[in-house]
Amino acid sequence: MKMSVKGKAYVAGIWEHPLRYIPHRSTAQVHAQCAKGALEDAGLSFSDVDAYFCADDAPGYGAWSLADYMGLKLKHADSTRDGGSSYIVHAGHAAEAIAAGKCKVALITLAGRPLGSRAGLGEAAIRTESVVPQGSHGGVDEVPEAGFEGIWGYTTHNTYAMCAMRHMYEYGTTSEQLAWIKVAASHHAQWNEHARLRNVVSVEDVLESPMIADPLHRMDCCVTTDGGGALVVVAPEIAKSLKRPLVKVIGHGEALKGPRGGLDLDLTASAGVWSGQQAFTEAGITPTDIKYASIYDSFTITVLMELEDLGFCRKGEGGKFVADGNLISGVGKLPFNTDGGGLCNNHPDSRGGITKVIEAVRQARGEAHSKVQVPNCDLVIAHGTGGWLGTRHGAGTLIMERE
Amino acid sequence: MTDLESRPTKRSIPVPNQNLESKPFWDAAKDGRFLIKRCSACDKPHWYPRTMCPFCASTDTEWVESKGEGVIYAFSVMRRGTAPYAIGYVTLDEGVSLLTNFIDYDLDALEIGQRVRLKWSPTGQSNPPVFTFAPV
Repeated sequence: MKMSVKGKAYVAGIWEHPLRYIPHRSTAQVHAQCAKGALEDAGLSFSDVDAYFCADDAPGYGAWSLADYMGLKLKHADSTRDGGSSYIVHAGHAAEAIAAGKCKVALITLAGRPLGSRAGLGEAAIRTESVVPQGSHGGVDEVPEAGFEGIWGYTTHNTYAMCAMRHMYEYGTTSEQLAWIKVAASHHAQWNEHARLRNVVSVEDVLESPMIADPLHRMDCCVTTDGGGALVVVAPEIAKSLKRPLVKVIGHGEALKGPRGGLDLDLTASAGVWSGQQAFTEAGITPTDIKYASIYDSFTITVLMELEDLGFCRKGEGGKFVADGNLISGVGKLPFNTDGGGLCNNHPDSRGGITKVIEAVRQARGEAHSKVQVPNCDLVIAHGTGGWLGTRHGAGTLIMERE
Repeated sequence: MTDLESRPTKRSIPVPNQNLESKPFWDAAKDGRFLIKRCSACDKPHWYPRTMCPFCASTDTEWVESKGEGVIYAFSVMRRGTAPYAIGYVTLDEGVSLLTNFIDYDLDALEIGQRVRLKWSPTGQSNPPVFTFAPV
């Protein structure tokens, strides 16, 4: 049957800001004010929203800053940039997502102050070298959390490291257990002729590598590489007309997480808790059905937390789960990142998501290296975390099945 | 590669960005007052400060002064770079957790759960100070 948005979604709330010159509010405030107006028009509230769409007028990186600013809890987010037509495209994308059952209440906002941003603060409008999310629009000052967080020297290393510290504190996770993740990746990378690092390493090697940000050593960190990758996703009738193995998407989930107002901060769990649950529910399978897992390995702690969050083991038991080669293909129960992952193989442009899908598809096709190919690999997962695990991040989960 | 021996011992903290929403916080900081936001509708405090409560979406939020005391929730000492420094979250006694840097501490003696107190760090000239924390 032909899939269409026709009749599957309705525009229920609208609100246009009454002012044409806004020198007295922040841009985030104006976004939130517009959001509130449209939700009230619809008779809904912020807690009903499960999808958020914004373009590059939104201060911060993608949807992260504003979603966290407004306290949204999302199943779906889309920050497609399409200039002035973005919001029409967003309405269409929202209809697609609703038609596909991905969300029920989608919020789309636009706000900017090209005139008002020049006034108001006067001498207080200080531009500094604070860390700012890349691609921010409207200047650093309009990223709502920038002044409070950008000054503290947060990097990927030390924000992920804080999560590791807290995980160790709450669950007794050890550096040795984290090291096993790198060891497993290195066992796989030795067979990948393109891998950045091909040497098999030991737990001791990891622990003896220089400390970067406590408790993460250099070998707890992924490689930096140039490179890239691409995916082609097609309709079933196209797939069946081609001469390649049939690998179909059966489940997908996404979520964002931030400090959410600073109450009940929990650095030991990622947005993968929600994206994973959505994907497994849609696929109608459980983690024990999975034969191979591509798990984003920006750092060893990322893998450990994601495995827990996806349900491969219980929260707090990730350390035990990854130890003793349990992630090594042919040795352990859950073969992961058989290309060597970001820890040893590739992390093109510091973005490892695409290589996670690529290796999962190779496994599902039976086209991984013979030394690491998982037999009868019919169900695979690719999961990623983007951003800063210790501040604002996104998670995506994709489950695929070989027909 | 950085020459570890010749590195400065202290990271210099940049001047914080301000916008119309955050200006009252930084103006109070110049007077040595540390403000957080509390929602008059649902009574919950939040951090970082916003005009709209992130928990109930009320715009009826007020600035309240915090004692600036709490415990370390998580931290990491950055060992590479121009100067080592400790980043971390502090959970204030008022209940909210905030990102900060620790000062006046032994690099190897920080602990999760340790009590810390606000200690303003200057950022130069007429700029506002920033809310660093030090062990009690």
